[in-house]
Amino acid sequence: MTRSASRGAATTATVVVPIYMDNSATTRCDPRVVAKLLPFFADDFGNAASRNHVFGWRAEAAIEVAREQTAALIGCTPKEIVFTSGSTEANNLAIKGVAELYAGKGRHFVSCVTEHKAVIDPLKHLELGTIPGQPRAEITFLPVDRLGHVDLDALSAAIRPDTVLVSLMAANNEIGTLHPLAAIGRICKERGVLFHTDATQAAGRIPIDVEAFGIDLLSLSAHKFYGPKGVGALYVRREGPRVRLAPLLDGGGHERGMRSGTLNVPGIVGMGEAARIAREDFASDVARLRALRDRLEQGILARSVNAVVNGDPDDRLPHLSNVSFPYVEGESLIMGIKDVAVSSGSACTSASLEPSYVLKSLGLGDELAHSSIRFSLGRFNTEAEVDHVVDMVSREVARLREMSPLWEMVQQGVDLTKVKWTVH
Amino acid sequence: MAYSNKVLDHYQHPRNVGSLDKDAADVGTGIVGAPECGDVMKLQIKVDESGRIVDAKFKTYGCGSAIASSSLATEWLKGTTVDEAMAIRNTQIVEELSLPPVKIHCSVLAEDAIKAAIADYQSKQERLREAGAPES
Repeated sequence: MTRSASRGAATTATVVVPIYMDNSATTRCDPRVVAKLLPFFADDFGNAASRNHVFGWRAEAAIEVAREQTAALIGCTPKEIVFTSGSTEANNLAIKGVAELYAGKGRHFVSCVTEHKAVIDPLKHLELGTIPGQPRAEITFLPVDRLGHVDLDALSAAIRPDTVLVSLMAANNEIGTLHPLAAIGRICKERGVLFHTDATQAAGRIPIDVEAFGIDLLSLSAHKFYGPKGVGALYVRREGPRVRLAPLLDGGGHERGMRSGTLNVPGIVGMGEAARIAREDFASDVARLRALRDRLEQGILARSVNAVVNGDPDDRLPHLSNVSFPYVEGESLIMGIKDVAVSSGSACTSASLEPSYVLKSLGLGDELAHSSIRFSLGRFNTEAEVDHVVDMVSREVARLREMSPLWEMVQQGVDLTKVKWTVH
Repeated sequence: MAYSNKVLDHYQHPRNVGSLDKDAADVGTGIVGAPECGDVMKLQIKVDESGRIVDAKFKTYGCGSAIASSSLATEWLKGTTVDEAMAIRNTQIVEELSLPPVKIHCSVLAEDAIKAAIADYQSKQERLREAGAPES
Protein backbone atom coordinates (compact mmCIF):
# COMPACT_ATOMS: atom_id res chain seq x y z
CA MET A 1 0.00 0.00 0.00
CA THR A 2 2.87 2.39 0.62
CA ARG A 3 4.55 3.05 -2.66
CA SER A 4 6.16 6.38 -3.22
CA ALA A 5 4.65 8.32 -6.08
CA SER A 6 7.00 10.93 -7.42
CA ARG A 7 6.27 10.67 -11.14
CA GLY A 8 5.03 13.99 -12.38
CA ALA A 9 4.46 15.35 -8.91
CA ALA A 10 4.55 19.12 -8.78
CA THR A 11 6.27 19.01 -5.45
CA THR A 12 9.47 17.56 -4.17
CA ALA A 13 7.92 16.46 -0.89
CA THR A 14 7.39 12.73 -0.62
CA VAL A 15 3.84 11.59 -1.12
CA VAL A 16 2.70 8.14 -0.16
CA VAL A 17 0.00 6.56 -2.29
CA PRO A 18 -2.84 5.77 -2.19
CA ILE A 19 -3.91 9.21 -1.01
CA TYR A 20 -7.15 9.35 0.95
CA MET A 21 -9.41 12.26 -0.01
CA ASP A 22 -12.79 10.72 0.73
CA ASN A 23 -13.30 11.99 4.26
CA SER A 24 -17.00 12.55 3.71
CA ALA A 25 -17.35 8.79 3.25
CA THR A 26 -15.40 8.05 6.38
CA THR A 27 -12.37 9.31 8.25
CA ARG A 28 -9.36 7.55 9.60
CA CYS A 29 -9.79 6.89 13.30
CA ASP A 30 -7.52 9.34 15.12
CA PRO A 31 -4.68 7.46 16.88
CA ARG A 32 -5.60 9.31 20.11
CA VAL A 33 -9.10 7.88 19.77
CA VAL A 34 -7.80 4.36 19.17
CA ALA A 35 -5.54 4.59 22.23
CA LYS A 36 -8.47 5.68 24.35
CA LEU A 37 -10.91 2.98 23.27
CA LEU A 38 -8.65 -0.09 23.10
CA PRO A 39 -8.63 -0.87 26.86
CA PHE A 40 -12.40 -1.27 26.72
CA PHE A 41 -12.17 -4.45 24.68
CA ALA A 42 -10.10 -6.73 26.90
CA ASP A 43 -9.42 -4.90 30.17
CA ASP A 44 -12.40 -2.73 31.09
CA PHE A 45 -14.80 -4.97 29.20
CA GLY A 46 -17.79 -4.66 31.54
CA ASN A 47 -21.40 -4.10 30.55
CA ALA A 48 -22.31 -0.51 31.36
CA ALA A 49 -25.70 -1.74 32.57
CA SER A 50 -24.18 -4.08 35.21
CA ARG A 51 -24.99 -2.37 38.50
CA ASN A 52 -23.46 -4.84 40.93
CA HIS A 53 -19.72 -4.87 40.26
CA VAL A 54 -16.72 -2.79 39.42
CA PHE A 55 -16.59 -4.00 35.78
CA GLY A 56 -19.97 -2.47 35.13
CA TRP A 57 -19.21 0.67 37.10
CA ARG A 58 -16.04 1.32 35.14
CA ALA A 59 -17.80 0.90 31.83
CA GLU A 60 -20.63 3.13 32.93
CA ALA A 61 -18.24 5.81 34.16
CA ALA A 62 -16.47 5.78 30.79
CA ILE A 63 -19.82 6.01 28.97
CA GLU A 64 -20.82 9.03 31.03
CA VAL A 65 -17.55 10.81 30.21
CA ALA A 66 -18.17 10.09 26.52
CA ARG A 67 -21.74 11.33 26.88
CA GLU A 68 -20.49 14.64 28.30
CA GLN A 69 -17.87 14.96 25.57
CA THR A 70 -20.41 14.24 22.83
CA ALA A 71 -22.92 16.65 24.37
CA ALA A 72 -20.31 19.41 24.55
CA LEU A 73 -19.68 19.16 20.80
CA ILE A 74 -23.24 20.29 20.02
CA GLY A 75 -24.05 22.32 23.15
CA CYS A 76 -26.61 20.04 24.80
CA THR A 77 -26.74 18.32 28.19
CA PRO A 78 -25.42 14.75 28.56
CA LYS A 79 -28.89 13.42 29.34
CA GLU A 80 -30.03 14.49 25.89
CA ILE A 81 -27.63 12.12 24.11
CA VAL A 82 -28.94 8.72 23.00
CA PHE A 83 -26.14 6.53 21.66
CA THR A 84 -26.95 4.58 18.50
CA SER A 85 -25.12 2.53 15.90
CA GLY A 86 -24.62 5.60 13.72
CA SER A 87 -26.45 8.34 11.86
CA THR A 88 -28.62 6.02 9.82
CA GLU A 89 -30.12 4.62 12.99
CA ALA A 90 -30.31 8.08 14.58
CA ASN A 91 -32.20 9.43 11.55
CA ASN A 92 -34.58 6.46 11.54
CA LEU A 93 -35.16 6.79 15.27
CA ALA A 94 -35.84 10.51 15.03
CA ILE A 95 -38.25 10.26 12.10
CA LYS A 96 -40.10 7.03 12.87
CA GLY A 97 -39.98 7.62 16.63
CA VAL A 98 -41.54 11.07 16.32
CA ALA A 99 -44.03 9.90 13.70
CA GLU A 100 -45.35 7.22 16.03
CA LEU A 101 -45.61 9.27 19.21
CA TYR A 102 -46.94 12.43 17.58
CA ALA A 103 -49.46 10.67 15.33
CA GLY A 104 -52.21 12.39 17.32
CA LYS A 105 -50.88 15.82 16.35
CA GLY A 106 -50.66 15.14 12.65
CA ARG A 107 -49.13 13.17 9.80
CA HIS A 108 -47.27 15.78 7.80
CA PHE A 109 -43.49 16.09 7.50
CA VAL A 110 -41.26 18.56 5.69
CA SER A 111 -37.83 17.76 4.31
CA CYS A 112 -35.91 18.45 1.11
CA VAL A 113 -34.81 16.63 -2.03
CA THR A 114 -31.09 16.66 -1.28
CA GLU A 115 -31.27 14.84 2.05
CA HIS A 116 -29.33 11.63 2.55
CA LYS A 117 -31.18 8.40 1.79
CA ALA A 118 -31.20 7.67 5.53
CA VAL A 119 -33.68 10.55 5.88
CA ILE A 120 -35.49 10.31 2.55
CA ASP A 121 -36.22 6.59 2.77
CA PRO A 122 -37.74 6.53 6.29
CA LEU A 123 -39.94 9.45 5.20
CA LYS A 124 -40.93 7.61 2.03
CA HIS A 125 -41.83 4.58 4.13
CA LEU A 126 -44.12 6.80 6.20
CA GLU A 127 -45.60 8.23 3.02
CA LEU A 128 -46.31 4.77 1.63
CA GLY A 129 -47.73 3.56 4.94
CA THR A 130 -45.36 0.58 4.91
CA ILE A 131 -44.23 0.91 8.54
CA PRO A 132 -46.22 -1.53 10.70
CA GLY A 133 -48.60 0.19 13.08
CA GLN A 134 -48.13 3.60 11.49
CA PRO A 135 -50.79 5.27 9.36
CA ARG A 136 -49.75 6.93 6.12
CA ALA A 137 -48.12 10.31 6.30
CA GLU A 138 -47.79 13.18 3.86
CA ILE A 139 -44.30 14.41 3.08
CA THR A 140 -43.28 17.70 1.48
CA PHE A 141 -39.84 17.44 -0.08
CA LEU A 142 -38.79 21.03 -0.71
CA PRO A 143 -36.81 21.72 -3.87
CA VAL A 144 -33.39 23.38 -3.76
CA ASP A 145 -31.87 26.12 -5.88
CA ARG A 146 -28.77 25.91 -8.05
CA LEU A 147 -26.51 26.13 -4.98
CA GLY A 148 -28.45 23.58 -2.94
CA HIS A 149 -30.38 25.95 -0.67
CA VAL A 150 -34.03 25.64 0.31
CA ASP A 151 -36.17 28.77 0.13
CA LEU A 152 -37.09 29.70 3.71
CA ASP A 153 -40.38 31.27 2.57
CA ALA A 154 -41.22 27.99 0.87
CA LEU A 155 -40.38 26.21 4.12
CA SER A 156 -42.71 28.51 6.05
CA ALA A 157 -45.43 28.01 3.50
CA ALA A 158 -45.03 24.23 3.63
CA ILE A 159 -45.65 24.02 7.39
CA ARG A 160 -49.30 23.22 8.18
CA PRO A 161 -51.27 22.79 11.40
CA ASP A 162 -50.77 19.03 11.13
CA THR A 163 -47.02 19.26 10.48
CA VAL A 164 -45.09 17.30 13.07
CA LEU A 165 -41.47 17.53 12.06
CA VAL A 166 -39.12 19.43 9.77
CA SER A 167 -36.01 17.43 8.87
CA LEU A 168 -33.29 19.39 7.08
CA MET A 169 -29.65 18.40 7.06
CA ALA A 170 -27.00 20.67 8.53
CA ALA A 171 -24.67 20.15 5.57
CA ASN A 172 -25.07 18.21 2.37
CA ASN A 173 -22.86 15.16 1.98
CA GLU A 174 -22.23 15.54 -1.74
CA ILE A 175 -21.83 19.26 -2.30
CA GLY A 176 -21.29 20.55 1.24
CA THR A 177 -23.92 23.30 1.07
CA LEU A 178 -24.96 24.44 4.56
CA HIS A 179 -28.55 24.98 5.54
CA PRO A 180 -29.17 28.05 7.75
CA LEU A 181 -29.90 26.09 10.92
CA ALA A 182 -30.65 29.08 13.17
CA ALA A 183 -33.16 30.54 10.70
CA ILE A 184 -34.82 27.15 10.18
CA GLY A 185 -34.92 26.59 13.95
CA ARG A 186 -36.61 29.96 14.44
CA ILE A 187 -39.28 29.17 11.88
CA CYS A 188 -39.94 25.79 13.47
CA LYS A 189 -40.20 27.30 16.96
CA GLU A 190 -42.61 29.99 15.78
CA ARG A 191 -44.79 27.40 14.12
CA GLY A 192 -44.59 24.87 16.92
CA VAL A 193 -43.07 22.03 14.92
CA LEU A 194 -40.09 19.89 15.84
CA PHE A 195 -36.81 20.43 13.99
CA HIS A 196 -34.54 17.48 13.25
CA THR A 197 -31.20 17.95 11.56
CA ASP A 198 -28.87 15.30 10.19
CA ALA A 199 -25.49 16.70 11.24
CA THR A 200 -23.47 13.72 10.08
CA GLN A 201 -21.25 15.75 7.77
CA ALA A 202 -21.35 18.95 9.78
CA ALA A 203 -20.18 17.78 13.21
CA GLY A 204 -16.66 18.94 13.91
CA ARG A 205 -16.61 20.94 10.68
CA ILE A 206 -19.01 23.80 11.45
CA PRO A 207 -20.02 25.20 14.86
CA ILE A 208 -23.20 23.58 16.13
CA ASP A 209 -25.21 24.78 19.12
CA VAL A 210 -28.60 23.12 19.51
CA GLU A 211 -29.79 25.88 21.88
CA ALA A 212 -28.78 28.80 19.69
CA PHE A 213 -30.10 27.06 16.56
CA GLY A 214 -33.37 25.82 18.04
CA ILE A 215 -32.70 22.19 17.14
CA ASP A 216 -34.85 19.49 18.77
CA LEU A 217 -33.26 16.36 17.31
CA LEU A 218 -29.81 15.94 15.79
CA SER A 219 -28.05 12.92 14.29
CA LEU A 220 -24.34 12.24 14.65
CA SER A 221 -21.96 9.58 13.39
CA ALA A 222 -18.57 9.12 15.07
CA HIS A 223 -16.68 7.85 12.04
CA LYS A 224 -17.18 11.12 10.18
CA PHE A 225 -15.11 12.97 12.77
CA TYR A 226 -12.22 10.56 13.30
CA GLY A 227 -14.07 8.24 15.64
CA PRO A 228 -14.86 4.54 15.12
CA LYS A 229 -17.52 3.15 12.77
CA GLY A 230 -20.69 1.61 14.12
CA VAL A 231 -21.40 4.26 16.71
CA GLY A 232 -23.36 7.48 16.64
CA ALA A 233 -25.90 9.42 18.62
CA LEU A 234 -29.24 11.12 18.48
CA TYR A 235 -29.65 14.32 20.46
CA VAL A 236 -33.18 14.46 21.89
CA ARG A 237 -34.26 17.76 23.46
CA ARG A 238 -35.48 17.43 27.06
CA GLU A 239 -36.82 20.92 27.70
CA GLY A 240 -38.70 23.47 25.65
CA PRO A 241 -40.18 21.21 24.37
CA ARG A 242 -39.45 17.79 25.79
CA VAL A 243 -39.29 15.57 22.71
CA ARG A 244 -40.75 12.09 23.03
CA LEU A 245 -39.81 9.16 20.82
CA ALA A 246 -41.07 5.66 20.27
CA PRO A 247 -38.05 3.32 20.24
CA LEU A 248 -37.13 1.31 17.14
CA LEU A 249 -35.92 -1.61 19.27
CA ASP A 250 -37.64 -3.30 22.18
CA GLY A 251 -35.51 -4.76 24.92
CA GLY A 252 -33.73 -3.84 28.13
CA GLY A 253 -34.71 -0.20 28.06
CA HIS A 254 -31.22 1.23 27.74
CA GLU A 255 -30.69 4.91 26.95
CA ARG A 256 -33.77 5.95 28.91
CA GLY A 257 -35.92 3.54 26.96
CA MET A 258 -35.15 5.08 23.60
CA ARG A 259 -32.52 2.62 22.42
CA SER A 260 -32.39 -0.84 23.94
CA GLY A 261 -29.26 -2.91 23.51
CA THR A 262 -26.02 -3.31 25.43
CA LEU A 263 -23.96 -0.20 24.90
CA ASN A 264 -20.99 -0.39 22.53
CA VAL A 265 -18.55 0.72 25.20
CA PRO A 266 -15.31 0.90 23.14
CA GLY A 267 -17.14 2.62 20.29
CA ILE A 268 -18.83 5.14 22.55
CA VAL A 269 -15.59 5.88 24.42
CA GLY A 270 -13.96 6.46 21.04
CA MET A 271 -16.80 8.71 19.94
CA GLY A 272 -16.44 10.76 23.11
CA GLU A 273 -12.72 11.21 22.62
CA ALA A 274 -13.25 12.08 18.95
CA ALA A 275 -15.82 14.68 19.99
CA ARG A 276 -13.43 16.11 22.58
CA ILE A 277 -10.66 16.50 19.99
CA ALA A 278 -13.07 17.91 17.41
CA ARG A 279 -14.22 20.55 19.90
CA GLU A 280 -10.82 21.44 21.34
CA ASP A 281 -9.01 21.57 17.99
CA PHE A 282 -11.97 23.00 16.11
CA ALA A 283 -10.54 26.37 15.10
CA SER A 284 -7.15 25.09 13.96
CA ASP A 285 -8.57 21.97 12.30
CA VAL A 286 -11.11 23.93 10.29
CA ALA A 287 -8.68 26.66 9.27
CA ARG A 288 -6.24 24.03 8.05
CA LEU A 289 -8.90 22.07 6.16
CA ARG A 290 -10.21 25.20 4.49
CA ALA A 291 -6.72 26.22 3.38
CA LEU A 292 -6.03 22.76 1.95
CA ARG A 293 -9.42 22.62 0.22
CA ASP A 294 -8.97 26.05 -1.32
CA ARG A 295 -5.47 25.13 -2.50
CA LEU A 296 -6.86 21.97 -4.12
CA GLU A 297 -9.82 23.67 -5.71
CA GLN A 298 -7.91 26.69 -7.01
CA GLY A 299 -5.18 24.44 -8.35
CA ILE A 300 -7.69 22.30 -10.22
CA LEU A 301 -9.68 25.24 -11.58
CA ALA A 302 -6.52 26.98 -12.75
CA ARG A 303 -5.42 23.96 -14.77
CA SER A 304 -8.67 22.47 -16.04
CA VAL A 305 -10.58 24.79 -18.32
CA ASN A 306 -14.35 24.80 -17.79
CA ALA A 307 -14.21 22.88 -14.51
CA VAL A 308 -17.04 24.06 -12.27
CA VAL A 309 -17.54 23.87 -8.52
CA ASN A 310 -20.93 22.48 -7.47
CA GLY A 311 -22.79 23.75 -4.41
CA ASP A 312 -22.45 27.06 -2.64
CA PRO A 313 -18.82 28.20 -2.99
CA ASP A 314 -19.03 30.24 0.22
CA ASP A 315 -21.69 28.75 2.45
CA ARG A 316 -20.15 25.31 2.39
CA LEU A 317 -18.37 22.70 4.49
CA PRO A 318 -14.70 23.68 4.81
CA HIS A 319 -13.23 20.35 3.75
CA LEU A 320 -15.25 19.49 0.66
CA SER A 321 -15.05 20.33 -3.01
CA ASN A 322 -17.40 18.88 -5.59
CA VAL A 323 -16.12 19.63 -9.08
CA SER A 324 -17.59 18.84 -12.49
CA PHE A 325 -15.25 18.37 -15.42
CA PRO A 326 -17.40 18.87 -18.49
CA TYR A 327 -16.81 16.47 -21.42
CA VAL A 328 -15.00 14.02 -19.13
CA GLU A 329 -16.93 11.18 -17.52
CA GLY A 330 -16.46 10.94 -13.75
CA GLU A 331 -15.95 7.21 -13.44
CA SER A 332 -13.21 7.17 -16.07
CA LEU A 333 -11.53 10.09 -14.33
CA ILE A 334 -11.59 8.27 -11.01
CA MET A 335 -10.10 5.26 -12.78
CA GLY A 336 -7.33 7.49 -14.10
CA ILE A 337 -6.46 8.81 -10.66
CA LYS A 338 -6.68 5.43 -9.03
CA ASP A 339 -4.05 6.30 -6.43
CA VAL A 340 -6.39 8.94 -5.07
CA ALA A 341 -9.47 7.89 -3.11
CA VAL A 342 -12.37 10.19 -4.03
CA SER A 343 -16.06 9.77 -4.79
CA SER A 344 -18.02 10.12 -7.99
CA GLY A 345 -21.50 11.13 -6.95
CA SER A 346 -22.10 9.77 -3.48
CA ALA A 347 -20.28 6.66 -2.31
CA CYS A 348 -23.67 5.16 -1.56
CA THR A 349 -24.82 5.51 -5.15
CA SER A 350 -21.61 4.98 -7.11
CA ALA A 351 -22.50 1.34 -7.72
CA SER A 352 -25.34 2.50 -9.93
CA LEU A 353 -25.08 4.19 -13.30
CA GLU A 354 -27.61 6.86 -12.41
CA PRO A 355 -26.06 10.26 -11.91
CA SER A 356 -26.35 11.72 -8.43
CA TYR A 357 -29.87 12.77 -7.45
CA VAL A 358 -28.36 15.60 -5.42
CA LEU A 359 -26.55 17.10 -8.40
CA LYS A 360 -29.61 16.62 -10.61
CA SER A 361 -31.79 18.42 -8.09
CA LEU A 362 -29.51 21.46 -8.40
CA GLY A 363 -30.64 21.64 -12.01
CA LEU A 364 -27.28 20.42 -13.26
CA GLY A 365 -27.53 18.64 -16.59
CA ASP A 366 -26.94 14.91 -16.53
CA GLU A 367 -23.67 15.35 -18.41
CA LEU A 368 -22.33 17.62 -15.67
CA ALA A 369 -23.61 15.28 -12.98
CA HIS A 370 -21.86 12.40 -14.76
CA SER A 371 -18.64 14.41 -14.74
CA SER A 372 -18.48 15.25 -11.05
CA ILE A 373 -15.98 14.26 -8.43
CA ARG A 374 -16.19 14.86 -4.71
CA PHE A 375 -12.90 15.59 -2.97
CA SER A 376 -13.20 15.62 0.82
CA LEU A 377 -10.13 16.46 2.85
CA GLY A 378 -9.33 15.44 6.37
CA ARG A 379 -7.13 16.01 9.37
CA PHE A 380 -4.37 13.80 7.98
CA ASN A 381 -4.02 15.28 4.49
CA THR A 382 -0.95 17.34 3.65
CA GLU A 383 -0.14 20.17 1.24
CA ALA A 384 2.14 17.83 -0.69
CA GLU A 385 -0.76 15.43 -1.18
CA VAL A 386 -2.97 18.25 -2.39
CA ASP A 387 -0.36 19.37 -4.93
CA HIS A 388 0.11 15.81 -6.12
CA VAL A 389 -3.63 15.37 -6.59
CA VAL A 390 -3.98 18.66 -8.47
CA ASP A 391 -1.23 17.50 -10.79
CA MET A 392 -2.67 14.05 -11.35
CA VAL A 393 -6.24 15.25 -11.86
CA SER A 394 -5.20 17.96 -14.28
CA ARG A 395 -3.12 15.61 -16.40
CA GLU A 396 -5.84 12.96 -16.48
CA VAL A 397 -8.57 15.46 -17.35
CA ALA A 398 -6.41 16.69 -20.26
CA ARG A 399 -5.81 13.11 -21.45
CA LEU A 400 -9.47 12.13 -21.26
CA ARG A 401 -10.54 15.31 -23.01
CA GLU A 402 -8.26 14.46 -25.91
CA MET A 403 -10.17 11.19 -26.05
CA SER A 404 -13.61 12.82 -25.70
CA PRO A 405 -15.80 13.29 -28.76
CA LEU A 406 -17.79 15.89 -26.83
CA TRP A 407 -14.70 18.01 -26.20
CA GLU A 408 -13.81 17.71 -29.91
CA MET A 409 -17.30 18.86 -30.94
CA VAL A 410 -17.19 21.81 -28.57
CA GLN A 411 -13.79 22.79 -29.97
CA GLN A 412 -15.34 22.71 -33.44
CA GLY A 413 -18.12 25.02 -32.27
CA VAL A 414 -20.86 22.39 -32.09
CA ASP A 415 -23.69 23.17 -29.67
CA LEU A 416 -24.10 19.87 -27.80
CA THR A 417 -27.67 20.69 -26.82
CA LYS A 418 -28.61 20.78 -30.52
CA VAL A 419 -27.12 17.41 -31.38
CA LYS A 420 -29.56 14.60 -31.97
CA TRP A 421 -28.21 11.84 -29.72
CA THR A 422 -29.08 8.20 -29.94
CA VAL A 423 -30.51 7.39 -26.55
CA HIS A 424 -29.91 3.80 -25.66
CA MET B 1 -15.32 -2.00 -8.88
CA ALA B 2 -12.46 -4.13 -10.10
CA TYR B 3 -11.63 -3.84 -13.78
CA SER B 4 -10.09 -6.67 -15.77
CA ASN B 5 -6.48 -6.29 -16.84
CA LYS B 6 -7.55 -5.97 -20.46
CA VAL B 7 -9.90 -3.09 -19.66
CA LEU B 8 -7.15 -1.40 -17.67
CA ASP B 9 -4.68 -1.88 -20.51
CA HIS B 10 -7.02 -0.35 -23.11
CA TYR B 11 -7.92 2.46 -20.73
CA GLN B 12 -4.31 3.32 -20.00
CA HIS B 13 -3.05 2.72 -23.52
CA PRO B 14 -6.02 3.26 -25.80
CA ARG B 15 -5.43 2.14 -29.38
CA ASN B 16 -6.30 4.35 -32.33
CA VAL B 17 -7.52 7.45 -30.53
CA GLY B 18 -8.15 10.22 -32.99
CA SER B 19 -10.24 11.40 -35.87
CA LEU B 20 -10.45 10.82 -39.61
CA ASP B 21 -11.86 13.35 -42.07
CA LYS B 22 -15.58 12.83 -41.65
CA ASP B 23 -16.28 14.43 -45.03
CA ALA B 24 -14.02 12.07 -46.99
CA ALA B 25 -15.85 9.66 -49.27
CA ASP B 26 -13.91 6.62 -48.01
CA VAL B 27 -14.57 7.39 -44.33
CA GLY B 28 -17.59 6.24 -42.35
CA THR B 29 -18.44 7.90 -39.02
CA GLY B 30 -20.69 6.53 -36.30
CA ILE B 31 -21.60 8.56 -33.22
CA VAL B 32 -23.73 6.73 -30.68
CA GLY B 33 -24.85 7.30 -27.12
CA ALA B 34 -25.81 10.50 -25.34
CA PRO B 35 -24.09 12.77 -22.81
CA GLU B 36 -26.95 12.39 -20.33
CA CYS B 37 -26.50 8.63 -20.37
CA GLY B 38 -22.86 9.02 -19.49
CA ASP B 39 -21.36 7.70 -22.69
CA VAL B 40 -20.85 8.85 -26.26
CA MET B 41 -18.72 6.95 -28.76
CA LYS B 42 -17.43 8.24 -32.07
CA LEU B 43 -16.01 5.49 -34.25
CA GLN B 44 -14.61 6.04 -37.73
CA ILE B 45 -13.47 3.66 -40.46
CA LYS B 46 -11.51 4.26 -43.66
CA VAL B 47 -12.30 1.76 -46.40
CA ASP B 48 -10.31 1.01 -49.58
CA GLU B 49 -11.73 0.12 -53.02
CA SER B 50 -11.77 -3.57 -52.23
CA GLY B 51 -14.03 -3.01 -49.22
CA ARG B 52 -11.29 -3.56 -46.66
CA ILE B 53 -11.05 -1.34 -43.57
CA VAL B 54 -7.56 0.15 -43.69
CA ASP B 55 -7.84 2.46 -40.71
CA ALA B 56 -10.09 2.95 -37.69
CA LYS B 57 -10.16 5.69 -35.05
CA PHE B 58 -12.29 6.40 -32.01
CA LYS B 59 -13.04 8.99 -29.40
CA THR B 60 -15.14 8.06 -26.38
CA TYR B 61 -16.72 9.94 -23.51
CA GLY B 62 -17.59 7.33 -20.93
CA CYS B 63 -16.35 4.98 -18.27
CA GLY B 64 -13.23 2.86 -18.55
CA SER B 65 -15.19 -0.05 -19.98
CA ALA B 66 -16.68 2.17 -22.69
CA ILE B 67 -13.24 3.44 -23.62
CA ALA B 68 -11.87 -0.11 -23.65
CA SER B 69 -14.78 -1.44 -25.74
CA SER B 70 -14.28 1.18 -28.44
CA SER B 71 -10.51 0.86 -28.36
CA LEU B 72 -10.81 -2.91 -28.83
CA ALA B 73 -13.34 -2.41 -31.62
CA THR B 74 -10.91 -0.28 -33.64
CA GLU B 75 -8.22 -2.93 -33.19
CA TRP B 76 -10.52 -5.62 -34.53
CA LEU B 77 -11.78 -3.46 -37.39
CA LYS B 78 -8.42 -2.70 -38.91
CA GLY B 79 -7.70 -5.09 -41.75
CA THR B 80 -11.14 -6.68 -41.86
CA THR B 81 -13.65 -6.32 -44.65
CA VAL B 82 -16.84 -4.36 -44.17
CA ASP B 83 -18.78 -7.62 -44.28
CA GLU B 84 -16.62 -9.14 -41.56
CA ALA B 85 -17.00 -5.98 -39.48
CA MET B 86 -20.78 -6.27 -39.72
CA ALA B 87 -20.49 -9.66 -38.04
CA ILE B 88 -18.76 -8.36 -34.88
CA ARG B 89 -21.04 -8.92 -31.90
CA ASN B 90 -21.07 -7.19 -28.55
CA THR B 91 -20.85 -10.55 -26.81
CA GLN B 92 -17.37 -11.03 -28.30
CA ILE B 93 -16.31 -7.73 -26.73
CA VAL B 94 -17.84 -8.74 -23.39
CA GLU B 95 -15.88 -11.97 -23.51
CA GLU B 96 -12.57 -10.46 -24.60
CA LEU B 97 -12.67 -7.71 -21.93
CA SER B 98 -14.39 -9.80 -19.20
CA LEU B 99 -16.98 -7.07 -18.77
CA PRO B 100 -19.28 -7.43 -15.74
CA PRO B 101 -23.07 -7.43 -16.36
CA VAL B 102 -23.37 -3.77 -15.32
CA LYS B 103 -20.99 -2.83 -18.16
CA ILE B 104 -22.54 -4.86 -20.98
CA HIS B 105 -24.17 -1.73 -22.36
CA CYS B 106 -20.65 -0.45 -23.19
CA SER B 107 -20.14 -3.37 -25.57
CA VAL B 108 -23.59 -2.84 -27.07
CA LEU B 109 -22.65 0.76 -27.71
CA ALA B 110 -19.42 -0.33 -29.43
CA GLU B 111 -21.34 -2.71 -31.72
CA ASP B 112 -23.82 0.08 -32.47
CA ALA B 113 -20.92 2.42 -33.27
CA ILE B 114 -19.40 -0.08 -35.72
CA LYS B 115 -22.75 -0.51 -37.49
CA ALA B 116 -23.35 3.24 -37.56
CA ALA B 117 -19.92 3.89 -39.07
CA ILE B 118 -20.49 1.23 -41.74
CA ALA B 119 -23.96 2.57 -42.50
CA ASP B 120 -22.52 6.06 -42.90
CA TYR B 121 -19.82 4.77 -45.25
CA GLN B 122 -22.30 2.78 -47.31
CA SER B 123 -24.74 5.66 -47.66
CA LYS B 124 -21.88 7.88 -48.85
CA GLN B 125 -20.91 5.26 -51.43
CA GLU B 126 -24.55 4.96 -52.45
CA ARG B 127 -24.82 8.70 -53.00
CA LEU B 128 -21.57 8.69 -54.96
CA ARG B 129 -22.81 5.90 -57.20
CA GLU B 130 -26.08 7.71 -57.80
CA ALA B 131 -24.31 11.01 -58.52
CA GLY B 132 -21.70 9.31 -60.72
CA ALA B 133 -24.05 7.03 -62.64
CA PRO B 134 -24.72 8.34 -66.16
CA GLU B 135 -28.37 8.97 -66.77
CA SER B 136 -29.74 6.95 -69.57
